[in-house]
Amino acid sequence: MALLEVRDLSVVFQRKGEEPFAAVDGVSFDVAPGQTVGLVGESGCGKSVTSMAIMGLLPKRGNKVTGSVKFEDTELLTLSDRQMRDRRGRDLGMVFQDPLSSLNPVIPIGLQVTEVLERHRDMSRKKAMVEAADLLNKVGIPDPRRRLTEYPHQLSGGMRQRALIAIALACKPRLLIADEPTTALDVTIQAQILALLADLVRDTDTALIMITHDLGVVAGLCDEVNVLYAGRVVERGSRHDLFAVPRHPYTHGLLASIPRLDAPKGERLSPIRGSVMDNIPWTSGCAFAPRCPNATDVCVEVTPTMESDPVGARNSERLLRCHNPVAQEVPA
Amino acid sequence: MSAPLVEINDIKVHFPIKRGVVLDRTIGYVYAVDGVDLSINKGETYGLVGESGCGKSTLGRAMLKLTEPTGGRIVFDGVDLSSMKGEKLRTMRRRMQMVFQDPLSSLDPRQSVESLLIEGMRAHGLDKGKESTGKRLRELLSAVGLPSTALRKYPHEFSGGQRQRIGIARALTVEPDLIVADEPVSALDVSVQAQVINLLEDLQKEFGLTYLVIAHDLAVVRHISDSIGVMYLGGLVEEALSDELYEEPLHPYTRALLSAVPVPDPVVEDRRERILLAGDLPSPANPPSGCRFHTRCPWRQSERCDTERPELREINPGHRVACHWAEDIRDGKIRAHEVKPELVEMEWDTPVDDASLAGPASITETLGP
Amino acid sequence: MSTRTEKIDALAKKAGHIGDDPGVSLTAAAWRRLRRNPVFLTGGVIVMAFVVLAILSPFIAPHDPAVPMLGDQVIKARNQIPPSQPGHPLGGDQVGRDLLSRLLVGSQQTLLVGVLATLIGLTGGLVLGTLAGALGGWVDTVVMRAVDIMLSIPGLLLAVSIGALFARPNIYTLIVAVATVQIPVFARLLRGTMLAQRHSDHVLAARALGVKPRAIVFRHMLPNSLGPVIVQSTLVLAISIIEAAGLSFLGLGNPDDRTPEWGQMLGTAQNVIDSHPQLAFWPAGCIIVVALGFTLMGESLREALDPKSRR
Repeated sequence: MALLEVRDLSVVFQRKGEEPFAAVDGVSFDVAPGQTVGLVGESGCGKSVTSMAIMGLLPKRGNKVTGSVKFEDTELLTLSDRQMRDRRGRDLGMVFQDPLSSLNPVIPIGLQVTEVLERHRDMSRKKAMVEAADLLNKVGIPDPRRRLTEYPHQLSGGMRQRALIAIALACKPRLLIADEPTTALDVTIQAQILALLADLVRDTDTALIMITHDLGVVAGLCDEVNVLYAGRVVERGSRHDLFAVPRHPYTHGLLASIPRLDAPKGERLSPIRGSVMDNIPWTSGCAFAPRCPNATDVCVEVTPTMESDPVGARNSERLLRCHNPVAQEVPA
Repeated sequence: MSAPLVEINDIKVHFPIKRGVVLDRTIGYVYAVDGVDLSINKGETYGLVGESGCGKSTLGRAMLKLTEPTGGRIVFDGVDLSSMKGEKLRTMRRRMQMVFQDPLSSLDPRQSVESLLIEGMRAHGLDKGKESTGKRLRELLSAVGLPSTALRKYPHEFSGGQRQRIGIARALTVEPDLIVADEPVSALDVSVQAQVINLLEDLQKEFGLTYLVIAHDLAVVRHISDSIGVMYLGGLVEEALSDELYEEPLHPYTRALLSAVPVPDPVVEDRRERILLAGDLPSPANPPSGCRFHTRCPWRQSERCDTERPELREINPGHRVACHWAEDIRDGKIRAHEVKPELVEMEWDTPVDDASLAGPASITETLGP
Repeated sequence: MSTRTEKIDALAKKAGHIGDDPGVSLTAAAWRRLRRNPVFLTGGVIVMAFVVLAILSPFIAPHDPAVPMLGDQVIKARNQIPPSQPGHPLGGDQVGRDLLSRLLVGSQQTLLVGVLATLIGLTGGLVLGTLAGALGGWVDTVVMRAVDIMLSIPGLLLAVSIGALFARPNIYTLIVAVATVQIPVFARLLRGTMLAQRHSDHVLAARALGVKPRAIVFRHMLPNSLGPVIVQSTLVLAISIIEAAGLSFLGLGNPDDRTPEWGQMLGTAQNVIDSHPQLAFWPAGCIIVVALGFTLMGESLREALDPKSRR
């Protein structure tokens, strides 16, 4: 049974005097217990809004959320604010992109950790402080007892991110959502933080949703990968399958356009033509069609649906939303 | 490739740290760039990489004298720029231009594209008449892939990638020899990055340009550069041709850096040997003695590393490394060891970039196949 | 070369992103938004009415404001002043002059004071602020410390002090006093925006291009600094009017009360405020409404010109 089941999640933003804008337009995916799932896509594809919708953190007004988000069979979208607050921290944890703005600058780190512990695990302040020091140690912050009384601005960016992870994991949630957790960090720290995340989720058997635009990060960390485009999932597969055999032209195009560290210099990049402004709505056909090298007439008339893709499936199931995928050799 | 177009010698940029109530007193310095030598040949692309706080952006600006160097020499096409200022420097600027990271803030929001592009031409007397200038503008716009209708529009009406193209076109209006590109694609979407990278390469061929590309993305730099220089805490620690740097990194920091870059290939990722660095990045206001990297170096030795600052010396032809023990590490005579992290207290007002390095003692993790 | 230009132009036309229409500058975009903003429109209407009234008042005022035509209806002993009557809808003041006419013509003086004080303050502040912001260094330090000292004294108090320095106060000393108080406000504002501009990327880009320093200041830095200044001007206009009224009230304005001015009218009405509150009510009301008009305009302008609220 899946830990988290997202079905046809849609978030439409409506501002006064403007056209309604569907940031998320029918996203569906599953997360199994202990699994690491990646949501990858560029800016504007709806990945961050998806995570905010799952956590119930979207602003009250100006948007409409439809669809279903089931966490262990409980529908999250219909829960009241209070019920959702109970779950956040206890069952669902979140790590955000910018550690400086996600931590309260006027409260010491220790209190920010114990706050979660006292709320959800009913601990006394004293016990919570001891537990907090233990948590900071587990995420690799040196000299944790001294750090408990320090403020966020006294820590470096990497350490702040570790503190955020500690807070998110304080109550041992079963699901952790990490929204671009390393985008603002230098590459050597990114390596540390990703290694830390991988270790922690493995030790505690926590499921992880990793949201990022960096395909390299996903290649090293996630079990399953969902590729998002214009608010919908267009391809899904296991890590090895997706990168070895990218079937959707967008995935394929993206991989071909990224300069790779291990590729020799001199091979010209093949960018995807056009830009995200060249989309057509999903209701009219395939949003990627105007930029797609494989586009056919049916692509601008009929909306493609998410289907199982036997050609791409090597080790596990593949799902694909495309009328005319990238041709691959079927293994003998 | 031929003679050097730009040569810099022992460039230093030290920013004073000022405190005071009525009058500001200098209580220390941030050693943003602390003694760098490098040269760029005509027609080639030199990539400068490093993480936050290494001084690469400051070096780029110092090279163009947009930030006044505290010491050292800059020689551009045989002309010594070091003591040049005023009108002479202004006219010299024609030959060396800059492309900025953030396309939105580097374009004046109140001027139309046409006005932005003409500005440079006017400043150097290249605006010879409405006809010829108009033609040149349209040609430049098409060279960067934008239509003539863009001239009447304003920066906020374009997308990020288009704005970056406008910025590149602006740099080209004055017919420069050198272009310093400071993180030219970091602020752009992944699918747009490739377009702009290709554009830069095409323009280099078409106009015979020399590039200094400053970036933190190693993969981008490797792709576009002929030579690469790696910076750490204000100094150049390694310099080599791009392929050789990747295949045989000799400086411990370079090795750690390369091992940390994610590659979009699960097979490669699973097999990699990761070298994780320990401790905090030292403050550029208070750099370590001797070798700047010795506080976090997995190959640090008890002699020389903490007392003597290593020179950038040539180990292989065209490959320079600033490490006392580079040959021994390469030949396997010295092995990596665990490093005790040295904590650095973050100071309240020190202008150090936030994303400093930190971490526990674990050094090398070999992830099984 | 030109075939490539033609090709790209044709492609772009087909794609339709960068259309052939002329671009919309930021100012034009802000104006479009302002036109639909009810706050701006309300303030704008009030201000327009005020300005029109002030200009036309000598012609539309029913009677001469200086002539005490109802003087025979003033009975000092019984504290009586001319009531509202046909031809004089608001009645008369303590000396028998038509109140309505005095109000109408008074707007002229008030407008004059407000506008002149703001203009002088703006010019002085612009010069000082630009010098400090563009030159930096010790010029900046000296100017800013002087500004700090002036700003540490409450505005009205400072205006009163300056006004009282003159042996024979009149309308021009009033303007000078009020203007002097506004100079440091503009100076600090300009200096701040210029400093921000000096460190901005587009100014750095202009330097890198080799644009001459004067061109950078006047084409890059000043236009981008004007937004907050325009907003501040409207607010300063409102403040100037109120401060001028205050100074007149205290007797530091024009001593000759044949030329009406709202603040002065308010001041002389204090003697009879218990028995005839309308003499204070009308001028005060006018001051409030006009100040409100300018403030509404200023606030909506600030919102429209703020780059962060731009979409």
